[in-house]
Amino acid sequence: MAERRFSATRLPGFATIAMLAFLALYIPILTLVVYSFNSEVTMGNWGTATLDWYAKAWANADVKDATLRSLTIAGFAAVISTALATMAALGTTRRRAFKGQTFIYVMINQPLMVPEIVTAVALMILFGLIKTVTGVHGLGYLILAHAAFCIPFAYLPIRARLEGMDLTLETAAADLYASHWHTFRRVTLPILMPGVIAGAMLAFVVSLDDVVITEFVKSAGQDTLPTYMLGQMRRQLTPEINAISTGLLLVTIAMLTAFFLLTRKKD
Amino acid sequence: MTPPPMSAAEAAQINASVRNGWLLSLPALVVLAVAAVGPLLIVLVYSFLEAGKHGNVVGNFSTGGWSGILWTRDIFTDSYVLADAHLTIFWRSIKLSFLTTLTTFAVGFPTAWFIATRPPKARALWLFLITIPFWTNLLIRTYAINEVIRTEGLLNLALMKVGIISEPLKLIYTDIAVFIGMTYVYLPLMVLPLFAAIDRFDLRLLEAGYDLYASRWRVLRRVVLPIVKPGIIAGSILVFVPSLGAYVTPRVLGGGKQMMIGNLIELQFLAGKNWPLGAALSMTLLIVVTIALLFYVRAANGEKTHG
Repeated sequence: MAERRFSATRLPGFATIAMLAFLALYIPILTLVVYSFNSEVTMGNWGTATLDWYAKAWANADVKDATLRSLTIAGFAAVISTALATMAALGTTRRRAFKGQTFIYVMINQPLMVPEIVTAVALMILFGLIKTVTGVHGLGYLILAHAAFCIPFAYLPIRARLEGMDLTLETAAADLYASHWHTFRRVTLPILMPGVIAGAMLAFVVSLDDVVITEFVKSAGQDTLPTYMLGQMRRQLTPEINAISTGLLLVTIAMLTAFFLLTRKKD
Repeated sequence: MTPPPMSAAEAAQINASVRNGWLLSLPALVVLAVAAVGPLLIVLVYSFLEAGKHGNVVGNFSTGGWSGILWTRDIFTDSYVLADAHLTIFWRSIKLSFLTTLTTFAVGFPTAWFIATRPPKARALWLFLITIPFWTNLLIRTYAINEVIRTEGLLNLALMKVGIISEPLKLIYTDIAVFIGMTYVYLPLMVLPLFAAIDRFDLRLLEAGYDLYASRWRVLRRVVLPIVKPGIIAGSILVFVPSLGAYVTPRVLGGGKQMMIGNLIELQFLAGKNWPLGAALSMTLLIVVTIALLFYVRAANGEKTHG
């Protein structure tokens, strides 16, 4: 009788399914990227390879406007949510478990649990009321909404970093009569920094990606890049959308690569 | 066991620590209360108000929003009839969400297993390849799958070139298109928790256990499945919940015809001009999702006490 061996790495069919899954994940994305270079509008015709659609997108005032707005909102939202998440992470780790801690966790993770469309509608009603009463229609509403749903994304890597942190350095600083603030500035924060940057980058990407909440909260003329694209998809599609998508894709990949390098465990 | 008695100084220190914990968390809690949790209460209030003629609400109490979920007024006979259109949309949402969860599991489990059983360097790479789509804009991914399945898309071009079909398949703007789209965009959400569960487990134990069992499949069913159960539950919830509330994918791939609950909610606020109904639908979706999450928490805790 042949030797019976179980190899966890060689379950029949698993590798094949996995390869097909990766192909299925990447073929559409590659198609989108490749056709951003097609000089023809339709997929059936491949003209010549061109950068025209990128030039067109670059010259498009609406696109430029929406890009700038997306970056502004994402920048503010990332800074605000990361600052708040850092404080909350310091408040909920490295101390004896206290009553109400679960409540804080649930609140912080709430944006991950409620369907986006529900939050979107809720904010549309609330901000709509405020807009009518005050007559103020600035970007502040979008920044506030984005900052709120970015908090859990910023919180997670910061908390993970804090939980893995060695307390002896801070104790040593305190023993040397450093003030609380001084200890925090000179000891805690530098060690925490990779977590903070990682959190800020996740928050930035999440804000940059948001469609649903932005679509409902924005006032007229406040399109971000995703809501602009969503609007365009109702009309005739041209490879210009592919070019914009490819640009956004590159930003995401760059941020992710940086994120991985930052949070990589040093072996 | 009673805790050891503590001195007044210790108690004061703990009190100060708890106070600091709250103070540090407070700014985040305020922002979340204002821009995430609080507004949900307004939706609840709106669901019990009367619909305004041109959208918005009138300040009278009414249960019309809630009854409107299932019943609609027939303008010819002025009587209330079952809202078929709504039922169709609910059924579609539930059906497609279940199908999406099942399919992502069927594909995601072997994929997660494959990644978890690679040597460390290769594993990091495969994991990164799953993470890129995970963080890529949902709209871009929806548009990418649209490029493949639309009538003049890659799939039809390829199938016609090979000669399998002579007429393009009209997949786009059907339930199938929405289903394919959701499976595509939510697959990474299934793979990542499954991977985490499989990765925690020492696979060498399986090889030992294999001698005691009849077949690979039996080992898989009897040993592996119970161990990765928390991952299965987490992945299923992570896929099911956003599927049920999906808005972008059915809008782009369903073309406004194959609506899901998310699109029905939007319709009430923008075109349908029935805000209380939209609010009641939002609350219903929230309740269903909360029940699913509570089920998850219970299942996950049960797992801890038994394991």
